[in-house]
Amino acid sequence: MQPINSKKTPLTFDSIEPGAGLAVAMKKSRADIIGEVAASNLRGRGGAGFPTGTKWNLAAAARVKDGEFKYVVCNADEGEPGTFKDRVLLLDYADLVFEGMTIAARAIGAARGILYLRGEYVYMRAHLDAVLDRRRKAGQLGRGVLGVAGFDFDIEIRMGAGAYVCGEETALIESLEGHRGEPRNRPPFPVDTGFLKQPTVVNNVETLASVTAIMARGAAWFKGIGSERSAGFKLFSVSGDCDQPGVYEFPLGITVKELLAKVGGSNAKAVQVGGASGICLPVADFGRRIAFEDVATGGSIIVFGPGRDMLHVAKNFMEFFVEESCGQCTPCRVGNVKLLEGIEKLEQGTCTNAYLKDLLSLCETMQLASKCGLGQSSPNAFVSIVNNFQDEILGRTPVLIRGER
Amino acid sequence: MIVGQQQKMQDEIRELIGQHGRTRAALLPVLQELQRRHASISDFAMQVVADELGIHPAEVYGVVTFYAFLHHVPMGRFQIRLCQTISCDLAGKARVARQLENELGIAFGETTPDGRFSLEWASCLGMCDQGPALLVNDHVYTRVTPDQVHQIIEDCRKVFGAHAAQPTHA
Repeated sequence: MQPINSKKTPLTFDSIEPGAGLAVAMKKSRADIIGEVAASNLRGRGGAGFPTGTKWNLAAAARVKDGEFKYVVCNADEGEPGTFKDRVLLLDYADLVFEGMTIAARAIGAARGILYLRGEYVYMRAHLDAVLDRRRKAGQLGRGVLGVAGFDFDIEIRMGAGAYVCGEETALIESLEGHRGEPRNRPPFPVDTGFLKQPTVVNNVETLASVTAIMARGAAWFKGIGSERSAGFKLFSVSGDCDQPGVYEFPLGITVKELLAKVGGSNAKAVQVGGASGICLPVADFGRRIAFEDVATGGSIIVFGPGRDMLHVAKNFMEFFVEESCGQCTPCRVGNVKLLEGIEKLEQGTCTNAYLKDLLSLCETMQLASKCGLGQSSPNAFVSIVNNFQDEILGRTPVLIRGER
Repeated sequence: MIVGQQQKMQDEIRELIGQHGRTRAALLPVLQELQRRHASISDFAMQVVADELGIHPAEVYGVVTFYAFLHHVPMGRFQIRLCQTISCDLAGKARVARQLENELGIAFGETTPDGRFSLEWASCLGMCDQGPALLVNDHVYTRVTPDQVHQIIEDCRKVFGAHAAQPTHA
């Protein structure tokens, strides 16, 4: 294995002293911790952008019976194509992540923590176990965390087994419970009925590390970074056709054009923001801002250079979704297959305009009727590529299928 | 499977369940450990796990067949998983794939007749800034070029031990 150094900009997390955030949190009441997180306007870094303070408030308000616990789950099932920031966080800033989990536990009154690590990251397991062990020995985990009587909290690591859908929080919980990773109906939400039917907060790796930073430096500091409706800094996983792929930190609200200039991708013909489930922006849209109020993302930025075939890109994404759909609901299970067949028709140059319209209407059905975010967002890339690159995809010369001469 | 092996598997599963707890939530960790040790989870193993956890074997089968990293058919000692997703695709995964097939003499989804190597596609491995990437069991290789493929396979034979005991496909 080659040494992996993906960081291309200094990260704010470098300046956060491990232990500082937790020390501040331990001096606050539970309500004040949540108040601080809410005041920072931190929104979930996994992509959906749910306000973290609100989530914690709901979990804090939920009740448990005697002998049962609330849970804090760190979602480290980073599977969105083009996303690898959590890999960097877990390898270089694991303490900040575990500290964030401990702060969350303090805030909502949880006694158990679980880090759900994707199976593809199994090579990090030993490192993370060692960090947990060190934290236990330092009294930062276990019975009476930091000597505070009554605050018992420990973290265990559970491995995923190669299923993208388990990044969806209810599917993740199903997986933890020993089931197929099939998303649940919501409500009830995990904050109320989560792991083993107990109140459970599921937060992204970066969200939890950000919480540690917010505790250490204050909500006002965090809110001062970013745009009006998207507070704070964000890690971006940049890959594809640019000079310097890697992990970057930028304030939210940065335009696509500014971002491309920083990563050496200014000659791009298109940029996929938000991974396979995100949208594909053409040059005309490079002035748009990456923020919750404009183009939201979990941090995946894939740059496509001038020579790239956008239909090939759409096909790769759709193959991914056909593979990763859990198959539970029909719009997603069948819809993705139909879209892939449609793309193959386009590839062969045999798709009529009417059929293309049918496909777009199927996309709408999937977005509306799928049970979870996977099927609701899987048509996004296809729709944006059809809309933005229509001249490129209709009336093509058939390609040779492998094996044919 | 002969009786001695069955007994051994049964003991092994009981021990694993002893470690992870006799609860449904222990199912995945137990299956993952069986997968790691034996490169697949046999029908017999699934039946024993079901009996021990007090659930229907079809439930266990459902879980094993859901997850890409669990297998109910025998897999090679070395599972090579090449990332097929977009960034590795842009970085040239197709030629790496072709060379893997050439060197191993099998197609994706197949296992070599000697039971040493399985070749599979993987969805995004999270190595998008240094693709094409592939996993060999727990080891990740990045920026793989077609001319490195031969060496990676040789590394497997050496690093993991060419004469290491074959996993029992119990």
